[in-house]
Amino acid sequence: MNTIIHDSVHVVLAFSLPPLLLGVIAKTKALFAGRVGPPLLQPYYDLFKLFQKGSVYSTTTTWVFRAGAVVGFVSAGIAVLLIPLSGSAAPISFTGDLILFAYLLGLGRFFTASAALDTGSAFEGMGAAREVTFACLAEPAFFLGLLVLAKLSGSLQLSGMLGSSLATHWANAGDSLALVLLSWFIVLLAENSRIPFDDPNTHLELTMIHEVMVLDHGGPAFGMILYGAALKLFVFGALVVRLAVPMTVGSAWLDWPIFVAGLLVVAVVIGVVESTMARLRLTRVPVLLVAACLLSAFAIILLVR
Amino acid sequence: MNGNGFLAVHTGQPIPREKIPQLSFGEFRTCIVDEVSGGERVAALFGDDSASREKLDVYAVLADSTRALLRVAKSTLDKDRFPSITPDCPQAHLFERELAEQYGVRPEGHPWLKPVRFHASYHRGRDAWGRKPDAAPVIGVTDFYQVEGEEIHEVAVGPVHAGVIEPGHFRFQCHGEQVLHLEISLGYQHRGAERTVIGIPNKRTIHTVETLAGDTSVGHATAYSQVVEGLTGCRVPIRAEVLRGVALELERLANHTGDLGALAGDVGFLPTASYCGRLRGDFLNLTALLCGSRFGRGEVRPGGVRFDLDSGRLQQCMERLDAAFRDVSNAVDLLWNSSSVQARFEGTGAISQETCRELGIIGPAARACGLECDVRQDFPAGIFRFAQVPVSSWTTGDVFARAYVRWLEIQRSVAFIKDQLRAFPDGPIGTAVGALKPDQLIISLVEGWRGEICHVALTGHSGEFSRYKIVDPSFHNWMGLAMALRDQQISDFPLCNKSFNLSYCGHDL
Repeated sequence: MNTIIHDSVHVVLAFSLPPLLLGVIAKTKALFAGRVGPPLLQPYYDLFKLFQKGSVYSTTTTWVFRAGAVVGFVSAGIAVLLIPLSGSAAPISFTGDLILFAYLLGLGRFFTASAALDTGSAFEGMGAAREVTFACLAEPAFFLGLLVLAKLSGSLQLSGMLGSSLATHWANAGDSLALVLLSWFIVLLAENSRIPFDDPNTHLELTMIHEVMVLDHGGPAFGMILYGAALKLFVFGALVVRLAVPMTVGSAWLDWPIFVAGLLVVAVVIGVVESTMARLRLTRVPVLLVAACLLSAFAIILLVR
Repeated sequence: MNGNGFLAVHTGQPIPREKIPQLSFGEFRTCIVDEVSGGERVAALFGDDSASREKLDVYAVLADSTRALLRVAKSTLDKDRFPSITPDCPQAHLFERELAEQYGVRPEGHPWLKPVRFHASYHRGRDAWGRKPDAAPVIGVTDFYQVEGEEIHEVAVGPVHAGVIEPGHFRFQCHGEQVLHLEISLGYQHRGAERTVIGIPNKRTIHTVETLAGDTSVGHATAYSQVVEGLTGCRVPIRAEVLRGVALELERLANHTGDLGALAGDVGFLPTASYCGRLRGDFLNLTALLCGSRFGRGEVRPGGVRFDLDSGRLQQCMERLDAAFRDVSNAVDLLWNSSSVQARFEGTGAISQETCRELGIIGPAARACGLECDVRQDFPAGIFRFAQVPVSSWTTGDVFARAYVRWLEIQRSVAFIKDQLRAFPDGPIGTAVGALKPDQLIISLVEGWRGEICHVALTGHSGEFSRYKIVDPSFHNWMGLAMALRDQQISDFPLCNKSFNLSYCGHDL
């Protein structure tokens, strides 16, 4: 398949699929709870509804508040173009693009937290504080994982690190990769405010981490935040899928469906985790994140010993 | 009479008002302090100005659970200030604030004298805080306790909440995530219920009583009915007593099941949250089978109950109860078997037995601290004089204990209902109720699902209620929640709050 078609598929999938993941998670949870649950496509309807709405902005906020939603969405939107989804390279790919990728995620977080602080609300300040505190621990776990991949592939380009060559490394460094996979799954749960870190469905503002930062957003801005969050889930889901199923058949007709199926499996697994365990006490969250860091660190040690 | 100046009475036993010991305020205060430090509890402390607007009679009802006796006495205030009882008997703190707010008398030396419900004084122009007579108090505007310091921040929650719950205002003084102090300010639901009940009981009285706290309809209606029955001297047929007991326990089952589900929901544990949400409905539907209302409205009436249970519905009731209990057992077992849930419940929001005693905490919250207090055992009335329900308690006083006590009570309530329905007595379900005896005082206690419900009625010369005092268990327990939050994580507040699950309108009346 030529590059243009491949990139188009990448873009279309990356921007159309994310809300479906949320739908799959919700459906899985509903099945566990013995309920019918919302339709699979409900997140799309929600986004559509939000983008139809008008906006209300608090008079105490500044441009930072408005920028938060936009930057959060755009940074996730660019990040998704940097990661390879199936065997071939991502639409944007150059040596050292993992640095851009990491900073895009950081930029999004910085602006979301700043927008929360900008409201001056006690809740949102609390949420911002929690978000950045936990990010301090989630980011090292993620980067140490990237380090393992860089070492294995000898490349500083995401498309190279997560390319089809990864399949061969499973044979000789499977133990390291398995540790990274576990670590990244924990990071995925933490970064996307899923149980056991955060409860995306709760209405209890005192317990929230991510949701509480966006309480003051409404309408299209809130839509952008939700869509951006879904994109972020897609990004981390895609990383986990690439890491777990790096082999490519070579035929795009099979590789893309395998990737999509992998992503849906990740969504189901998230749903199962959320259905079978309670949230951690907030003071325990760092413990689990440190465990994720240690997993990645051990992966490196195994590799360089 | 006992040696200490207070008169001993039983629950539901009317006594002529002239027999109530009249003490000087000094004696009155000393007696309360002594008796409470000896293990009794302030069940009610209230004023009555129906005799004269110049003089305020203050009544105290103490509960002596070891002897199954209530003690009552009164004292008359002829000044607008009196020495506060609270410094020596913290249990009196909210009662004294209430007295100050209602009658404009000032308990001097009260450490925490703030309005309770933010209404104007009953006596125009007499105000404990010296506010202008025409300035309507604004709810929630008061001096909140504040902690000062470099890294201290204040979080205000409510009165409008994110969930569909009643309004209440919570102020947290936090150091980072740690709560140093929580202050709870209510009053948004104040309807003047106590004063609505004044007068000769009419058609609306029972409806007012049933909606004092919407989830405790049967509890409050039973307490009120016992008052009327005591004052008219009518005897409730045994069949009606059984049906009342069944309705009361069904109310407990529905609420406890709902609470366990909500606790699971608060820690994000989906299975129990979903199943218990449905099962609560099953118990509510059983109440509906009894009387047509899911909340037991219209079932309990002075003199008996309004709806009989025929054998067909009785059979259905037994079967559905069994099925619902089986499902609840499964759903709740998941809760105890999930280590992630236990990790959240255990050690969260613990209060000590000491604190419980000092503040006069009651109901499941007190039993979770190992206090064996239960009106059904300590001051039995109605069917509970014949059928005992064992007291369920635990020792740790944390969220786990409050949840576990609920589960124990669910099991015992189901056993109680089945026992009662198996040996369902024949006979009428009601008896005629006459006029209230004049010039009496009566105290009625019922163990509602939140704890002790206390109604105290005073009748006037023509057999009307001249004062009707209602103490919902929430009135005692809100302070317990505030204490439970000390040194906890602010993110654990919703969980602690749910483990108490107190009523806003029961407190605000």
